[in-house]
Amino acid sequence: MRIDLNGEIVRTQARTLADLLIEQGFEAPCVATALNGDFIARSMREATRLDEGMKVEVLSPMQGG
Amino acid sequence: MFYGVDLTSRLMLGTAQYPSPAVLLEAIEASGAEIITVSLRREGAAGAAFRNILSESRCRLLPNTAGCHTAREAVTTARMAREVFGTSWIKLEVIGHADTLQPDPFALVEAARVLCAEGFEVFPYTTEDLIVGEKLLEAGCKVLMPWGAPIGSGQGLRNPEGLRTMRAHFAGIPLVVDAGIGAPSQAAQAMEMGLDAILLNTAVAKAVDPAAMARAFGRAIQAGREAFEAGLMPRRDMACASTPVFGLAELA
Repeated sequence: MRIDLNGEIVRTQARTLADLLIEQGFEAPCVATALNGDFIARSMREATRLDEGMKVEVLSPMQGG
Repeated sequence: MFYGVDLTSRLMLGTAQYPSPAVLLEAIEASGAEIITVSLRREGAAGAAFRNILSESRCRLLPNTAGCHTAREAVTTARMAREVFGTSWIKLEVIGHADTLQPDPFALVEAARVLCAEGFEVFPYTTEDLIVGEKLLEAGCKVLMPWGAPIGSGQGLRNPEGLRTMRAHFAGIPLVVDAGIGAPSQAAQAMEMGLDAILLNTAVAKAVDPAAMARAFGRAIQAGREAFEAGLMPRRDMACASTPVFGLAELA
């Protein structure tokens, strides 16, 4: 299926948010995740199923003012 | 001073726009800041280097919701930040206008209500408006962060009288001037007025020598605070000779 990951359309075999992070090479403990604009806690990634067209944001600590 | 945390330094330093991670680290050290602001972004090339700095700096982290234009975006960002940074502190920014980066007070209060109810310790980036400040306190905020001038503009205190009124109105509430400070003298001015702390970024990051400028700001803020505590003399419209007239010779 295709999803929107950090603003880019990607094809994925992952069925859950946790699988997606592994598949796309993210360091799971260092990132925060949101699905369709809602925060998904680390503990919920395993249980969060992906569907065609979903918008996933994977964010990391960065510089800020 | 802030949510039960007492600090020595009254300067909070932003971490963006420095020429290199090494310069950022030097600036943090030189400033004496104990709080630095951070953000959440899609990971770029410098992500790993920045995480190393965070672990090296020993500063308390204040994550922001910079770039959010709605209460919903800001609330989601705050929840993400709490998990990643391991702190309930959040610098709540909800931007209302793209050119001025002026806060949207209505969305700000809405987001503050949600976040305070969820146990966040919210540092709201607001204007000098007293009623907005009241609503933020009602929502559960224990700190207010009025702007000095538009973010990154370096204009200093655009409305010093408004900030003075805010200081008088919110006695006992920590007030942090956030944004728009361009020079140490402007930071000192705010401190002399009895504001509690300064949050700045661009003025240090874009200086020719960021570490030296960070040190200058640290000293100006300390000087301004000491002046406030010492009690400034009242301003007069007319001159008043400081040398005594008594004992003056008649030489004419």
